[in-house]
Amino acid sequence: MTLLRHLAAAIVVALVLVLLTVRLDAFRDYQMAEVACYVVAVAGLTALVGLSGQISLGHGAFMAIGAYSAALLLLHLHWPLPAVLAAAAVITAASGAVVGVAAARLRGPYLAGATLLLAVALPSLALSDPSLFGGDQGLSVVTSTPAFLGPTFPPTRWQAWLTCGCALITLVLLANLARSRVGRSWRAAGDDEVAAALAGLNVARLRVLAFVVSAACAGLAGALLAITTSIVSPGAFTITLSVALLTGAVLGGLGSLAGAVWGSLVLVLVPTYVMDVAASHGLSSSAGSNIPVAAYGVVLVVVMLLFPDGIQGGLVRLYRPVAARVPAWRGLARRKTTGPATAPAPQPRASASEHQEEGSI
Amino acid sequence: MAELFELTLGGLSVGMIYAAIALSLVLIWRATRILNYAQGGLAMFTTYLAFTVITHTGSYWAGFVVTLVAGLLLGGLIERVVIRPVENKPPLNAIIVTIGLLIFLEGLAGVIYGGQYRSFPAAFSIDGLHVGSLALGISANDVFVAAAVLVAALLLAGLFQYTSVGLRLRAAAFSPPVARLLGVRVGRMLTLGWALAGLIGALAGVLVSPSTFLYPNSMDSVFVLGFTAAVIGGLDSPAGAVAGGLILGVALSYVGGYLGSDVVPLFGLAALVVVLMIRPEGLFSAAAARQV
Repeated sequence: MTLLRHLAAAIVVALVLVLLTVRLDAFRDYQMAEVACYVVAVAGLTALVGLSGQISLGHGAFMAIGAYSAALLLLHLHWPLPAVLAAAAVITAASGAVVGVAAARLRGPYLAGATLLLAVALPSLALSDPSLFGGDQGLSVVTSTPAFLGPTFPPTRWQAWLTCGCALITLVLLANLARSRVGRSWRAAGDDEVAAALAGLNVARLRVLAFVVSAACAGLAGALLAITTSIVSPGAFTITLSVALLTGAVLGGLGSLAGAVWGSLVLVLVPTYVMDVAASHGLSSSAGSNIPVAAYGVVLVVVMLLFPDGIQGGLVRLYRPVAARVPAWRGLARRKTTGPATAPAPQPRASASEHQEEGSI
Repeated sequence: MAELFELTLGGLSVGMIYAAIALSLVLIWRATRILNYAQGGLAMFTTYLAFTVITHTGSYWAGFVVTLVAGLLLGGLIERVVIRPVENKPPLNAIIVTIGLLIFLEGLAGVIYGGQYRSFPAAFSIDGLHVGSLALGISANDVFVAAAVLVAALLLAGLFQYTSVGLRLRAAAFSPPVARLLGVRVGRMLTLGWALAGLIGALAGVLVSPSTFLYPNSMDSVFVLGFTAAVIGGLDSPAGAVAGGLILGVALSYVGGYLGSDVVPLFGLAALVVVLMIRPEGLFSAAAARQV
């Protein structure tokens, strides 16, 4: 039933998106493809942080692994596109499993620090073998539109279709996973690890699985981004990217897949808009490109302090009183209220004062 | 043999920088049980302030003092304004807020100063020192770096151990409710702890920048290695932080000298993972069971 509902919604959205790509110009199609890439990555991250309660500041590094895998497979082995995308996701999932096994033993700040170090260290790996990874310049990724679309089909529209299609498939799969036994177990383990373990859940395995799923999404997103921008280079996968993904997840509402879409829209559209405004006011391009970075920071702090549920939480709050007045929608409204957003739990998992008593002086 | 000697001394000098960052992280961790990911960003920003002062006045020491004062003020300000609301929330909230601060400071520095690499002056000569014909592999400035961090660490230890403020700081970190009952203004002590950490971080920034250049992300790798040093020493132990910094500095110096500088960040990651796997509470910290 849930599966059917998600599939139906995805098909409707797909139709709307196809109509939209035909109406929009090439640049907007390109932006749409970019949004779709971010949706894939942010959706994976929001599932990891919001559901399983683990944080990753290294998702930019996972995207880099997916992007470089895709570029190398296309360049040297000339695999067909679906196989490349699947392989990129699988390779990144495998690296996610490695990180996840290490991460399953780490908590809060340690995990964040270790994944942050991953984000800092991995780009230097790309520089270590310039003949394979292309050094600072990176690798160019050449793809062509499939033949059945005809020779005059705009490539940006094909990219928008490809990325949006992948994003929808990812969202449907994640939505079903979140509603399944696995998703419920993640939430249980994220909310209270000890209680989950006492209830018979294998917490360590659940935490690794969350990392694997999340990394697979990031890898797919990286491969799609490489195809959309036709280049992979270490400069594209800095800490700023990792933090941008986290910003998207937090801004949309942690644990909410719809929130991942809102967050990705903001991540792509706002920087472009800000840079246009900055350019029209005569600011240098370096200043213009840094304003969005500063804005990510402000958004993270303000949202976390004032609106921990993010955009999706705010929409649900607006929608609930309306839905309550329409008898036919009541069921929907109730279902929404039990939605995720576990991270900003009102009860602290361990209060600061409890912790401080172990402090040795 | 001579090379080993050079690498060791050079590693100790760099290690003092990691030690300073680690020390500032430990100060904050002990006071508020929060890991401040913005510590590197804060150090980068105060170093830019020093850069502005130095270019306008021409005096290195004016910039040095301004940096330390700015670090003190900004550290306290950050605790009061954005950290206080998340102090008793789940750890994830504090992590996200400090990451937000980090990226905000980096973006702000980029907007104000641009993204280009700037060279930052050193306090003393950076020519290598010699004893007779033997090159030591360090410069007068490296000696100053090590001495400055050492003096700061000793002053801090003295403050905590022998003054009334230090006693109150320790009480507030040990047990806030009891300290409060005994008349300690716990909130102020937390602010002071963050301010002191800001000062140490600013010192690290101004000391490391002659060798890394100054740009908005210049402290990222220094910060993660400082974090690694703090984890090696144990997040609870100031002495461990200094020791961890020195161990890491020397180890990375050997790796860079014998295996090439490209693998240094990866080795840092490996060191962090190994320590977290084998002894997550750090080498110098009393083992404590995780609270449930």
